[in-house]
Amino acid sequence: MRGLFALLAGALFGAGLTVSGMTDTAKVQGWLDLFGDWDPTLAFVLGGAILPMLVAWRVAARRERAVLGTAIPAPSEPVIDRRLIVGSALFGVGWAVAGLCPGPAMAVLSYGGGDALLFFGAMAVGMLGNRLFVSPAKAAAT
Amino acid sequence: MMIPTEWIMGLIGGLMIGAAAAMYLLINGRIMGASGILGGIVDATGPTWEKAFFIAGLILAPLGYGLAFGFPATNLTSNPALLIAAGLLVGIGTRMANGCTSGHGVCGISRFSVRGITATVAYLLAGFIAMYVGRHMLGVW
Repeated sequence: MRGLFALLAGALFGAGLTVSGMTDTAKVQGWLDLFGDWDPTLAFVLGGAILPMLVAWRVAARRERAVLGTAIPAPSEPVIDRRLIVGSALFGVGWAVAGLCPGPAMAVLSYGGGDALLFFGAMAVGMLGNRLFVSPAKAAAT
Repeated sequence: MMIPTEWIMGLIGGLMIGAAAAMYLLINGRIMGASGILGGIVDATGPTWEKAFFIAGLILAPLGYGLAFGFPATNLTSNPALLIAAGLLVGIGTRMANGCTSGHGVCGISRFSVRGITATVAYLLAGFIAMYVGRHMLGVW
């Protein structure tokens, strides 16, 4: 059951990314290009995605466990550390360079050709590199 | 006033993304963060099969969509140096910060998480600056 619902959630996420246009790197780079031909689409995507989650967090607050029995993840400690800022800044630069963040990078894997595979491979190496060299300990959940 | 179709599709797609995150939270009890889900498999932190199912859906749904309606353009650069540099930065950065646009952005902001909102402000600012420098000063991306 967990696998089935994980598959369905992943599929809905992938379909949403495709429908919203966020698999088009030109639209994402257009959003980041404030001083060029600015494309506000991403704001509609993020706003639209936050709406169901505002409801979901209210529902989650009234119950300790999810339907399949897992405890609802506890809120993170409101700690702003260097890793959060530096890591997010590095991510933001990489996001601007190619116009892909991790979700869309996986959504385009089946049809994006060698370029999408190369980006994905480098991203996976970067994730492993972080664990080996930058943050060896398991970090707290968001 | 005409509202551009792309904005409406963005809103509809966004609602689908939020519904996926709500489902993963309320049914599976997990935060839908793409970097955490992939990263957890890559560096083998915790059980991976549930994450693998999620990623299978994330890869297969766009494939099915493309086969049915035609594949949308990715407009991805074909410059290998840019692809490798961007991929490394996104991989290291999202794991260092423990989240990306889905985990910190969608799930964090909607929970009014201080870390999620701070991370989102940081990667947006860095992205705006990198875009200005790279496109308007250097002309490389």
